[in-house]
Amino acid sequence: MAITTQRRTLLAKSGVLAGLVLGAVFAAGPVLWMLSSSFKSNTEIFELPPRLITDTFSFDAYAAILTNSETLRFFFNSYLVAGAVTILTLLVAIHAAYAFSRFEFRGKRVLNVVIISVQAVPPITLLIPYFGLVVALCLYNTYPGLIFTYMVFTLPYAIIMMTGYMNTLPRELDEAVRVDGAGSLTALWRVLVPISIPGIVSVGIYTFMIAWNEYLFALTLTRTTEMRTVPIGIQLLMGQHSYEWNQIMAMSILGSIPVLILFLVLQRFFISGLTAGSVKS
Amino acid sequence: MSLRTVTPPDPQTLLQGAPPRKRRQLRRAGESYGFLAPTLILLFVLMIVPIVMVIGYSFQDNVILKSSSEFAGADNYVTVLTDPAFWKATGNTVFFSTVSVAVHLVLGLTFAMLLNSPLISVTSRAIFRALYVLPWLFTAAVIAVLWRMLLSPNGIVNFLLNTDVEWLADPQLALGTVTFINIWAGYPFFMVSLLAGLQGIPQDLHEAASIDGASQVQRFWNVTIPQLRPIIISLLLLDLIWTSQQFALIWLTTGGGPIDVTEMLSTYTYKLAFANYDFSLAATAAVLILLMSLVLAVLYVRHQKARD
Repeated sequence: MAITTQRRTLLAKSGVLAGLVLGAVFAAGPVLWMLSSSFKSNTEIFELPPRLITDTFSFDAYAAILTNSETLRFFFNSYLVAGAVTILTLLVAIHAAYAFSRFEFRGKRVLNVVIISVQAVPPITLLIPYFGLVVALCLYNTYPGLIFTYMVFTLPYAIIMMTGYMNTLPRELDEAVRVDGAGSLTALWRVLVPISIPGIVSVGIYTFMIAWNEYLFALTLTRTTEMRTVPIGIQLLMGQHSYEWNQIMAMSILGSIPVLILFLVLQRFFISGLTAGSVKS
Repeated sequence: MSLRTVTPPDPQTLLQGAPPRKRRQLRRAGESYGFLAPTLILLFVLMIVPIVMVIGYSFQDNVILKSSSEFAGADNYVTVLTDPAFWKATGNTVFFSTVSVAVHLVLGLTFAMLLNSPLISVTSRAIFRALYVLPWLFTAAVIAVLWRMLLSPNGIVNFLLNTDVEWLADPQLALGTVTFINIWAGYPFFMVSLLAGLQGIPQDLHEAASIDGASQVQRFWNVTIPQLRPIIISLLLLDLIWTSQQFALIWLTTGGGPIDVTEMLSTYTYKLAFANYDFSLAATAAVLILLMSLVLAVLYVRHQKARD
């Protein structure tokens, strides 16, 4: 009896492990191949039979990307745009979250519905009028054109996440400062903002990632190579150098590194945030 | 897939900061509009104005690029709604979205349950979780070029399957292929959320069911699924909204082709505007897509309200 139970557990355990390994190959195999290809010479990418590590293992593709002023410009643009979007989004969202978290005002419910439904509006729907607006305002092919339009994606989330964070902080803290005669703005910046730093960092990282990854608006609202961001740069690399696959893969990895790092920083927050949001009895 | 999909937002969050003292709050109400002013201005400029504009465009001809726009009534709507390409794109979008979303759920739940299994150690769980999350961390442009390399006629996929297939260029296969790529890119969103959900199911529910003699299969259908149901419905609706709006992945793998077999509503609209320069028709298609998305959004908000 005991032996059969043991055997059954062992069988179940190996079944679970086999499933996990199979899933891991599906999930991580392509990523591994991307990494491997970035270290190959271009002629080895499609060699038969394929090898994970070839004789010419080198960082040449990375060097080519990092010494090319054109591709470096893509990174500069992405950092600039995503950085500016993050700062502006945080500034606006902190004030809005303060109002939502600490005040009762007419139109709160309506504004709530608006902020939520903004997230469901398809980017392609906004793109047509944005193009018209951006051209009319002479913002076509400029940084402000991208920065302001990106805020339509980042702001709703930032406000909701920031309000959620402030709701968890005891209101007595900032109320006490206000009772002492300080204005609301002082209470917000002197008391609430300093203790909200973990929330602000999370929202900021998240905002940065959305802006870093954006493709459709960057494709449409910029035109010249020196204004392009990383996702467009990867695409341009495909057209220009008749498929230098090792460089395309190296660029893809370099372009993903900021998000990978930020995700690692944020992982704890993501998981706890998901638990808090999803587990309700 | 983008990190846009990190956590299903709770639509009640903004209303939960209810103040304790009513009268003083009312006196301060004016102040709150000051704090909200930047948000209100941005929402007005980035949301209200564009939507009014796009609706306006859809009832005019010769917008944006020509200065002689004229009222066209419902002509543009007739043109788009009688265009077979529009319906082809709608059909493709429905196929792409529903299949992606359904498989996202199945894969996400399977992986979440494997990861949640008490039979594996904490360390291997952490390692596998990290591997499973990987596809989520790459932006659509990267995912597109990666799979173009893998699926190339002399690429690794054909080598492993011992086939010689043009996965993205064969009209019979292209739609299935882009759907597969999107499945790979998007399941971690479900997996992470469902794993959190599984860990939130009280252990005594499973124990009680076991004592009553329920088998593992019975416990799955009668304990796990009902407990996860609210999360699953949220995830399905959110994913449906996002997947039906997917542009970058399609644009960078097939561009809607070959011919029109992977044309989505997003690429169809994009081409009307930026390949044909017919912004009036593009605006019309954009309004129709907006209406379809709103239906999903209303369902989502209703579901969330019912949950709370």
